[in-house]
Amino acid sequence: MSSPSDALPTARPAGVIHDIGYRPYAGPRAGGRAVAWSLFATGLRNCYGLGRSGRSKVLPMILLGLMLLPALILVGVLVQAKELLGLDEHIVPYSVYPITTQLLISVFVAAQAPALISRDLRFGTITLYLARPASRTTYVLVRMASLTVATFALIGSPLLLLYVGGLLADLPLGRETGLFLAALFGAMLLAACLAGLSAIISAVTTRRGLAVAAVIVVLVVSYTVVATVQGIASETGDDGVAGVAGLFSPYTLVNGVQVLLFDSPSGTPRPPTGDVLGVLYPVATALVIFGSIAAMLWRYRKVSA
Amino acid sequence: MLVIETAGLTKRYPRVTALDELDMSVGEGVTGLVGANGAGKSTLIKILLGLVPATSGTAHVLGCDVATEGKAIRSHVGYMPEHDCLPADVPASDLVVHLGQMSGLPYPAARERASDVLRHVGLGEERYRPIGGYSTGMKQRVKLAQALVHDPRLVLLDEPTNGLDPSSRDDMLSLVRRIGTEFGIAVLVTSHLLGELERISDHVVVIEAGRLLRSSATTDFTHATGVLLVEVQGRTDANQLLGQALVDAGLRARPASGMVEVDVRNEETYDVVRDVTVELGLGLVRMQERHHRIEDVFREGGAGSVQPV
Repeated sequence: MSSPSDALPTARPAGVIHDIGYRPYAGPRAGGRAVAWSLFATGLRNCYGLGRSGRSKVLPMILLGLMLLPALILVGVLVQAKELLGLDEHIVPYSVYPITTQLLISVFVAAQAPALISRDLRFGTITLYLARPASRTTYVLVRMASLTVATFALIGSPLLLLYVGGLLADLPLGRETGLFLAALFGAMLLAACLAGLSAIISAVTTRRGLAVAAVIVVLVVSYTVVATVQGIASETGDDGVAGVAGLFSPYTLVNGVQVLLFDSPSGTPRPPTGDVLGVLYPVATALVIFGSIAAMLWRYRKVSA
Repeated sequence: MLVIETAGLTKRYPRVTALDELDMSVGEGVTGLVGANGAGKSTLIKILLGLVPATSGTAHVLGCDVATEGKAIRSHVGYMPEHDCLPADVPASDLVVHLGQMSGLPYPAARERASDVLRHVGLGEERYRPIGGYSTGMKQRVKLAQALVHDPRLVLLDEPTNGLDPSSRDDMLSLVRRIGTEFGIAVLVTSHLLGELERISDHVVVIEAGRLLRSSATTDFTHATGVLLVEVQGRTDANQLLGQALVDAGLRARPASGMVEVDVRNEETYDVVRDVTVELGLGLVRMQERHHRIEDVFREGGAGSVQPV
């Protein structure tokens, strides 16, 4: 009696998965720059929930939509009713838009900074990064860069929409471009301030829920207090108090810098004026940005491998 | 070829000395690093990765100085930490690809290798589910996979069997053995369980309180001791009878847990034992050379806190 395998002794069975054993890797290995870029790109995508679970895409995408919606409406109104309302500029100036939408921006950084920063510390994943070629410093700077650029994209995209819409509505090109670029610079500063503050809060708290709450409290409460103080000061005509108060929230701080540097429209009732505040605002902004970077580097020096 | 070499390696923390003038060398194959908890195993691994500076002394990994060439070392060494280090919200496949990229692999290569190593460590379809839902055994496999994804020349495995049940532990140990033999990757594996390392290591390094207690081939630890164990049956006082007869025949013999221990003097000793047994009319059940176990080293060295299995 012959079995089927005897009939065709040389035929190999089809559809069998062969264990080809361990294959060594002889291909190229990228250097530090490519590794840092890959870490940056992954971090940036993760901030918008890309490459993460479906659930984590919901919040950032909703926030991005909510950020763009008012800009879309404003552009629509501008294009449709420019003649009717006699408009020759944006209803909400570029430099004021971020302060108007500050709650959305705060919620975004409060949700994404802990996801990006606290997670690695909380789960100890940082060990796996440190055991690889990139240094601690690179890791910290790249993580902060991802968060900054993600925040900048959130703040900047409605500004771009406003700019394009403004041009469609035949607003003067030169003036709009100048205002837009100044606002983009402000958006960059604001993104850096917010990312820095939320990153250091996330790195210190490590527990994600706690970090989310802490960032919200710091950003939203500080803005509310500053806005209240400035409101009262503007009623009493106390410009000095209003100016100094503006230093204590990233939104009013960066808005003040834009007013001082580019004479942009102010988002606060009493914009900072005078030589002292003219120095204090940019210095305070630099202090927040570089201070948070330094604090982050110091914090990570304490992280054991 | 030596993959790890240390000379006078010392690490002092404000209150403790973790490593004290440690001189050791590790070659290809699987090397077991044994020591009680707190003996300095994890500190040594961190120094070897160039993550913690040594107080004094030198160490070379794959020919690179740990003090100055940490980056080069870390791109060719895989590290499996002892403690939990996996994010809960990411599937294992994504994490291993990402970490492969972090080790310098281009994305397509990282994907291919991640899928390869996950198969080698025995992680099937569950690799696409978030790690948060994994069992301890699966997590250990992911930790091992991420240490292998960039095809390192050396892997440092810190307590890979920690928290595993006996069957997962066997799987993990045979996997470690395969890495050292089939995969051709040098392995330094730590454990506080001696029996484990005895099974899989070619070489065993024993450290105690940051100092080298012993370093030799596993076969040296388990070499023949020159003692013969003889088991006989036939009468209730068989052991006693045999022991006395052997002593009368001029051999050194003593009872040992239901058997008789005989010092082997030369080849003839075996014949004498056989003849004496026959003369007494007893049944010879077993004649066996007695081997050392690694734990005997600790008994001699006095490191009582290490648990033999």
